[in-house]
Amino acid sequence: MNILVCIKQVPDTKIIKVNPKTNTLDRSSAPAILNPYDAHAVQEAVRLRGEHGGKVIVLSMGPPTARMAIRKCVEIGADEGYLISDRRFAGADTLATSYALYKAIEKLQKQEGIDLVLCGKHAIDGDTGQTGPGIARRLEIPPITNVIKVDEINTESGEMKVRRKIENGYEVIKTTIPSLLTVEKEMNEVAYSPMPNMMRAARYEPTVWTVDDLDDVDIKQLGLKGSPTIVGRMWPPEKSSGAEMIEGTTKEQVDRLLSVTLEKRELFGVKGGGKA
Amino acid sequence: MSEKFDLIVVGAGPAGTSCAFTAAKNGLKVLLIERGEFPGSKNVMGGILYRKQLEEIIPEFWKEAPIERPVVEQRFWFLDKESMVTTSYKGLEWGKEPYNNFTVLRAKFDKWFADKAVEQGALLINETVVTECIVEDGKVVGVRTDRPDGEVYADVVVLADGVNSLLAKQLGFHKEWKPNEVALTVMEVLKLPPKTINERFNVQDNQGVSVEMFGDATHGLLGTGFLYTNKDSINVGVGTTLSSMIKHKLKPHELLEHVKNHPMIQPYVEGGESQEYLAHLIPEGGYNTVPKLVGDGVIVTGDAAQFVNAIHREGSNMAMSSGKIAAETVMKAKETGDFSERSLDSYRTEIYDSFIGKDLKKYKDAAHTFEENPQYFKEYVPMMNQAMNTFFTVDGTPKWEKQKKIMKKMTAGRGKIGFAKDMYRAWKAVK
Repeated sequence: MNILVCIKQVPDTKIIKVNPKTNTLDRSSAPAILNPYDAHAVQEAVRLRGEHGGKVIVLSMGPPTARMAIRKCVEIGADEGYLISDRRFAGADTLATSYALYKAIEKLQKQEGIDLVLCGKHAIDGDTGQTGPGIARRLEIPPITNVIKVDEINTESGEMKVRRKIENGYEVIKTTIPSLLTVEKEMNEVAYSPMPNMMRAARYEPTVWTVDDLDDVDIKQLGLKGSPTIVGRMWPPEKSSGAEMIEGTTKEQVDRLLSVTLEKRELFGVKGGGKA
Repeated sequence: MSEKFDLIVVGAGPAGTSCAFTAAKNGLKVLLIERGEFPGSKNVMGGILYRKQLEEIIPEFWKEAPIERPVVEQRFWFLDKESMVTTSYKGLEWGKEPYNNFTVLRAKFDKWFADKAVEQGALLINETVVTECIVEDGKVVGVRTDRPDGEVYADVVVLADGVNSLLAKQLGFHKEWKPNEVALTVMEVLKLPPKTINERFNVQDNQGVSVEMFGDATHGLLGTGFLYTNKDSINVGVGTTLSSMIKHKLKPHELLEHVKNHPMIQPYVEGGESQEYLAHLIPEGGYNTVPKLVGDGVIVTGDAAQFVNAIHREGSNMAMSSGKIAAETVMKAKETGDFSERSLDSYRTEIYDSFIGKDLKKYKDAAHTFEENPQYFKEYVPMMNQAMNTFFTVDGTPKWEKQKKIMKKMTAGRGKIGFAKDMYRAWKAVK
């Protein structure tokens, strides 16, 4: 079973600075990393390969430096990496991005055969979560978002069962193969890569495709031209206020804390899948 | 069996990267292992990079390396509580090619340097800790890392794993450093507009200043404070031997706050926005603490080998030279196929014949002398300040009377003979 994972190189938003005048991200202020959700997706693909065989192929769209993100995936255990990189892809919103990735997947589908597509649930630089479903729509396969577990894959019947995170728990979904899953962090722990993977990754050169390497591309749907999104205004989120400071003797503090915990249980809900 | 290399270098600092670069450039199959997220992410120094030794590895490196400013002025401040006596040299020839030294930010510089080694063909693996050398029949044949399937083999392992060098310690090359053999330095990178830096330090763009501070910067203890100018930030820091810190119950962050708030220093750092806060040990034991440098299949370089000249705050240059010499030694050994201690021992002789061995030897007693005789920093620096104050304060006292008064003050504490002895001892320690 060949699994394709779509990945993205993003600025590390934990340390990125926001331009106070334009409210845009100052991308030069933070190092580029592999989108953390994508790492979990690659890890899951590597696990599924262990159970079902096949190959793990990663695909990314980005500048030539996005090679580094693909190498990171090879560290985790990906077999092959493809990068579509071309000025004509630049300035793409999620619509144009999903189109470009779809065209590349189409080619890989012919070349290698793809049985499952995984994506991170969203990229931490945009938080839109639209590219995955956009690809699924174009591939005409079911998109299952926010997946926390792959329960079962039956390659004979062509069906699989996955758990999807929802507000107050999870739902179990039965779907067909191929499907596209977008992956939550709860899916797994990204393993500490073995040394041979590290050495392979350090030497790995992904295959780079330009627009001309893809088949039947509608140039109008690429890059800035293919991106109808208009950013109207950007502003920082309002800072929340009204925190209650718990003061007093240790006993008073503990009592107050206990009563708050009981009154406002919803604040302490466990992440999807666990007990509330 | 897992892959075998000609050479494994542990640690991508100045020593390790120089070694990997030189060896890879000469066709050796090199693996460079770094524990940090990227080379430089865990590396710390005050910030002065010397030109000469890197130039021998990468000619005209300054044209592409991420340097901050070439240093055109070196200032020395002898601080008392509310005064200072200063001396300095400024030379504009230092601002032109081939320069003398530069300020650098290690996180940027080390990354660039390691990329150069990768360009030469070295394989760089980050985020990987070498836990031990693999020893077979008394010979080092590779390293074990903390990763699954983490063993890698090589003809020679070069240890450039920094001041604590747990790997050299495991091999029994040295014991745990004593608190008087290492200095603890804390520093902060403060962001300031280039214009402000230029005004405060009286320089132009692309001209840098280094300031070394003695006396009250370390509360009169053996050690120094420093101020270095980067492009749009300054490094301010202070270091003293670990033994002094312990003895005087100093907290490193309090010492740095003391420096930053010193009335002579505060105007230079005022308004700086903290970008990084760093602390690191510096090997300052000198000549007498250099560990065993060579074993069967293994060579020790850089900080791991205590190659630091504390008096001239030189370390990264010694690291680079030692890394280069280590690589050349391995290349020679490769020709004969003999990687035994005897074959690699030419590394040791070359080190001792180079400026590294000679400079370490020159100052072998200096640290000890100044540590054992606290009067130099604690008493003579304030005395210098008082002498200047007495001499230059216009109060109607005739100048010859002032001179007499100053001499009296200088010799009051320890007597004329004691004073003369102190001066002789200091001269002997650094001669």
